[in-house]
Amino acid sequence: MNFGFTEEQNLLKDQVQRFMKEACPMTRVREISASENAFDKDLWQQAADLGWLGLTIPESYGGLGLKWIDLIVVLEAAAEGLSPLPIASHALATSAIVACASEEQKARWLPAMASGAAVVTLGLYDEANWIDPAAITATATTAGGKVSLKGKKPFVNDALAADYLLLAVQGPDGLALAAVGRDQVQVAAQPTIDSTKPMASVDLSGAAIDAADLLPLSPAQLAFLTDCGGVATTAEMVGAGAAVLSMTSTYAKERIQFGKPIGQYQGVKHRLADMFVDLESYRSLCYFAAWAVDDSPEELAKAVSMAKGYASDAFAQIGIDGVGLHGAIGFTADYDAQLYLKRSKWARPMYGDSDYHMDRIATLGGL
Amino acid sequence: MDFDYTPREQSFREEVRDFITENLPPKEKRDKNFLATWLEKVRAKGWVGFAWPKEFGGSDGGLMEQAILKEEMSLAKAPPLGTSMMGLAWVGPGIMEYGTEEQKQKFIPDILDSKVTWCTGYSEPNHGSDLAAIQCKAELQGDHYVGNGQEIWTTGAPWSQWIILLTRTDFNVTSKHDGITCFLVPMDAPGVEVRPIQNMAGDKHFAEIFFTDVQVPVENRLGAEGEGWKVTVSALANERSSIGEVTQLQAKLDDLKELVKNSKRQGKPATEDPKVRRTVAKFEMKISAMKYNGLRYLTKQIKGEPLTSETSVNKLHRASLEIEMDDFAIELSGQAGLQLKGGEEAVDNGTWSKGALNWPNVVIGGGTPNIQRNIIAERILGQPKD
Ligand SMILES: Cc1cc2nc3c(=O)[nH]c(=O)nc-3n(C[C@H](O)[C@H](O)[C@H](O)COP(=O)(O)OP(=O)(O)OC[C@H]3O[C@@H](n4cnc5c(N)ncnc54)[C@H](O)[C@@H]3O)c2cc1C
Repeated sequence: MNFGFTEEQNLLKDQVQRFMKEACPMTRVREISASENAFDKDLWQQAADLGWLGLTIPESYGGLGLKWIDLIVVLEAAAEGLSPLPIASHALATSAIVACASEEQKARWLPAMASGAAVVTLGLYDEANWIDPAAITATATTAGGKVSLKGKKPFVNDALAADYLLLAVQGPDGLALAAVGRDQVQVAAQPTIDSTKPMASVDLSGAAIDAADLLPLSPAQLAFLTDCGGVATTAEMVGAGAAVLSMTSTYAKERIQFGKPIGQYQGVKHRLADMFVDLESYRSLCYFAAWAVDDSPEELAKAVSMAKGYASDAFAQIGIDGVGLHGAIGFTADYDAQLYLKRSKWARPMYGDSDYHMDRIATLGGL
Repeated sequence: MDFDYTPREQSFREEVRDFITENLPPKEKRDKNFLATWLEKVRAKGWVGFAWPKEFGGSDGGLMEQAILKEEMSLAKAPPLGTSMMGLAWVGPGIMEYGTEEQKQKFIPDILDSKVTWCTGYSEPNHGSDLAAIQCKAELQGDHYVGNGQEIWTTGAPWSQWIILLTRTDFNVTSKHDGITCFLVPMDAPGVEVRPIQNMAGDKHFAEIFFTDVQVPVENRLGAEGEGWKVTVSALANERSSIGEVTQLQAKLDDLKELVKNSKRQGKPATEDPKVRRTVAKFEMKISAMKYNGLRYLTKQIKGEPLTSETSVNKLHRASLEIEMDDFAIELSGQAGLQLKGGEEAVDNGTWSKGALNWPNVVIGGGTPNIQRNIIAERILGQPKD
């Protein structure tokens, strides 16, 4: 039994943290999020050169052949600095291809994804905050050797930055993922509260693709990819939560009111302690879920629901207290605490809110 | 990262399981000699004081094996491995670390053999959370000390033979942590008077103890004069792994789920009520969080990384779970849930209603939630002391 990270994983974490500090500090995060498409191609290429984009891609396709437990090291550390890079989306698309694609399709797509040449994202459901095969209404129909697509997907992560999109559709033989180039579909920005997590709607109607660009998707694979999305999001919530706790804890030691550091008042210090308790707890649950992706898939669904279900509400509260414990300065646009609050709002419903996950835990637990 | 056990750990787990199958009959089949036989057998196995050094009669058991032993015993709802919970938890370790050769010879074997039960005299009427504010007085007079003062909330005092007692030998100190001295005192010493206190659940587990001119020989002092705080802190640090609590809570959760399956809300199955489902799921999620927190901390310990005060995280979870689970079961059962053991409609023979009155054992006994939050904020997050 060893529920800890390896030397290599710890080094990887250091590397990502250093990268965020040096190449993508908060000033840069703000610039990128405000730019068109909210994407920085140079930074992306640096991440690719460091091997982060091919972590879970098999070595035979140019990746490192590692596991989700390695991937979340990157996601967590990058999220400490609210990285706007579409690493999570790209990794989810990777898992989709590894799980659903033929050898021919893998050989066609994965090497370019490992090298960073192609940015790929994944869009699963057509209704915001509804996780169910029935929430996929976009269609793919065969006509004259081509596959024609119809429907619209709202709130696809990183769709504007992507070169390719994998979109879930009801195909001729059941669920499928349609691989489309960004130029083949209408992508329109859908700004949300959190500009560091750019989203866009994707209108598939009128697009026609080759049959070779359609990947069969079983309901079990759909559930698996949704759960991977939950793991990725929770890992980012661990990193972002830790960062805002650290920022707030530091402030509480320095800010003096009534002649004492505010951290000496229990109204402040006990809130910080509760933030720590929650963060520790969803951190542990998240690491277990990430481990389960590759090493114990039969435990994955429940593990994800525990992790994401815990994190959804806990990180939301951490975001609020991160701002609130700062007083008015926390409310200002210039101060970074507010960016974490916004991230917590973005993360809360992503791949299932706490009600969804609690209900699933009940079902899986025999109720 | 892996959750595999080495062949040695695996075979140890099997050994424990086999032992339990062989030696733990179902409750209704246990005769009155059962406990004595059980204690003798676990002792012969070397599982009492399992982590203690061999020279003191322990087994030098590793951290992982300790966790396995605890987990399996707790899964089987086995009786404790010794009758002196506090003797095993901190008195013994305290004596091994600070005791004289004579004290080790005299006290350690009896703790392991369940011959002597210890209680703990830390809290006094005027201080509980503020543990170091000791007022109970001990004065050196020749070859013995004379003790005067009062302890309170002393668990097991009515049936213990010995007490580990904190006293103040010096009132002229700038820091309250100085001038404290620790003693090992027989409960039948002249001048020791125990008055049991009944708690709200009706039990008389704890007591107040009055010490009037009690003579304690110098050789019963544990550690040097004035060193009592150090002795206490390091002895208490032995209480660590929460693995046993997690299995207990999991068993309680299973019972709660059974109750839910057999309950109705306004005439409809409780399993269909979203609030019921989410509440039970949250319990399960928190217990799981405790489990994986515990495994993460255990891994750290095995790797030799010191823990600061991370165990307070699980203590806080446990405190809220202990209160919320029983209350939820009662709420689910309406007035019938309020009946105690023996009541004609009592639910699960009053387990939940009793639990709803018993939570202070866990929530207050080992340091209150506010104190746990202080510990986390100050020792882990580095906030200033209040
Ligand atoms: C079942 C049980 C068994 C026990 N067994 C033993 C035993 O065997 N031996 C022994 O010595 N003692 C024992 N105790 C005593 C126990 O250690 C104390 O009750 C505990 O430390 C709290 O102290 P107190 O009761 O004096 O409450 P107080 O310390 O007076 O606390 C009262 C309230 O004030 C809060 N409070 C206190 N200080 C602070 C602070 N700094 N910040 C914020 N809030 C604060 C507390 O959280 C609590 O809610 C036992 C208690 C119980 C309930």
